[in-house]
Amino acid sequence: MIQLILEQALNGLQFGLMLFLLAAGLTLVFGIMDMINLAHGSLYMAGAYLAASATQASGSFMVGIAVAMLGTAILGALLEVTLLRRLYARNHLAQVLATFALILIANEVVRMIWGAQPVLLNAPDELSGPVNIGGFLYPAYRLLIIGVGALVAGLLYVLVTRTRLGMWVRAGASNREMTEALGVNVRLLFTAVFAFGAALCALAGALLGPLLAVQVGMGENILILAFVVIVIGGIGSIRGALVGSLLVGLVDTLGRAALPSLLRMFLSLEVASNLGPALASILIYVLMAAILFWRPEGLFPARA
Amino acid sequence: MGLYASSQRRRTAAVLTLFALVALPWFLQVIDQAFYVSFASRVLIFALVATSLNLVIGFGGMVSFGHAAFFGAGAYTVAVLAESGVVSAGLAWPMAVVVAALLALLVGAISLRTRGVYFIMITLAFAQMAFYLVVSLKAWGGDDGLPLLRRSSFGNLDLKDDTTFYFIVLSALALALVALDRLAHSRFGRVIQCIRENETRMEALGYPVFSFKLVCFVIGGGLAGLAGALLVNQTGLASPSLLHWMLSGTLMVMIVLGGVGSVFGGVVGAVLLLLCEEFFVEFTTHWPIGLGLVLLAVVLWAPLGIAGLFGWGRNRE
Repeated sequence: MIQLILEQALNGLQFGLMLFLLAAGLTLVFGIMDMINLAHGSLYMAGAYLAASATQASGSFMVGIAVAMLGTAILGALLEVTLLRRLYARNHLAQVLATFALILIANEVVRMIWGAQPVLLNAPDELSGPVNIGGFLYPAYRLLIIGVGALVAGLLYVLVTRTRLGMWVRAGASNREMTEALGVNVRLLFTAVFAFGAALCALAGALLGPLLAVQVGMGENILILAFVVIVIGGIGSIRGALVGSLLVGLVDTLGRAALPSLLRMFLSLEVASNLGPALASILIYVLMAAILFWRPEGLFPARA
Repeated sequence: MGLYASSQRRRTAAVLTLFALVALPWFLQVIDQAFYVSFASRVLIFALVATSLNLVIGFGGMVSFGHAAFFGAGAYTVAVLAESGVVSAGLAWPMAVVVAALLALLVGAISLRTRGVYFIMITLAFAQMAFYLVVSLKAWGGDDGLPLLRRSSFGNLDLKDDTTFYFIVLSALALALVALDRLAHSRFGRVIQCIRENETRMEALGYPVFSFKLVCFVIGGGLAGLAGALLVNQTGLASPSLLHWMLSGTLMVMIVLGGVGSVFGGVVGAVLLLLCEEFFVEFTTHWPIGLGLVLLAVVLWAPLGIAGLFGWGRNRE
């Protein structure tokens, strides 16, 4: 029992950290430019596909990840300079629709290049087995994801909270006009943030590729989760994104694992097996609605 | 305001369109394409649900990203009722409206406490809840959806007949449009549009802003429920895809294409989108690229949609 909970907690941690890689870029884009970018999930998809192709071509997963991150960062920067920049001053409806259009286009372009079938992306062979942590077995590859995710999250946290660059970003998120008046080139900064966010997306896509299927539309479901994360955490806040990601990752994973058996204690088997999965799959949305009900600005509002 | 100058022209155009739509089944019969009558019903149903969203977004200024939930609620209500033997349209359809409106009341009462981006996201979250709920409820067919065992019965009318069903849908849409037009020019409509323009000012003037918005949201949800009840009769299946967020997005696309805040915006957008889809799918499977590009162009260069291009949209910006 303890072992099961521990394993599910690690899975939740792993999922939460990957969500954080997506949510970090998204929350900064959201926070600084007040821009809803639904196409963030498409960058994640692009990253996964690039990683799959590059891994196949080079035979090395590491090369695949590097190519995916670089390629997606360039793609993101291009997208920002050519299109998204025009949308900052527009209302949210226009942003939702324009980036919704980007999703449609991105999905079709991927389908044209890679076909409709899912693409295979395998983790390196050395990591395919389990490792023994203190008496119980856990897949090595998942452990690696946790490690990389924690490392990147830590670096990002230091970058945003302890460096001058991070200070500009935070200043931009809390008051863009004032930051511009103080001499920071917010436009350039933002292109950089966007490209950086795209690279993080690609990293998440490449790392999750071997666990989930690399297929058209993979970006949409995780995109909504990333939005849930940043809304819970407070838009524009990196700390909020981290807390929100871990919360969503753990609640979702543990809920799916534990809720059906928990319900069985109170309800009949039939009702529990019907209701359990249903409740588990809406748990994070209930969490989000509840948090917004009591704290309409999220847990860590970036704007004072 | 061009509103009064052009109102006569608009009325003429609306009446002519109505005549054309009434004559459509007969016309399709003549050119031997009667198959398209059912498709025409489908288009008009989507016109109805897009119109209901236009009331919420275009007139109420509430960017709801979860409208498909109310559409799906209506469809599932009719299918579930049919399963337990209630097939009378006189009972099932009002129930669909009530269920969808109650859901909208619940969602709206919580969501309208937030604003801006948070409102968009919380409406999306509620729609996702509804989606995952029907997907995981095995009793309602789960992933496969719930087939409609028997079509609703409507007095002596035979809803299985495509033309009869078409006229029922057309009447529902026409009534909804007349109601929307009246509503937009009523006191309620004026207030809700003023709230869209400047919420703080209306609050300062003493209007109960929250209640007005909530009522508008609930009416939109109820109307979407009616459209759902009609759609399940057209397709014969209450499918989870009716609650999918991509559909909420597509509905937004329709009203932006047609014209946000224009009475006929939802109709124009739905007709345009579904006709283009039907037309282009014959030639290419990659037609979403075309849709995406057109949508980008509309957002960037014609923010008031088709209605704005022809000058019969709302007078703003």
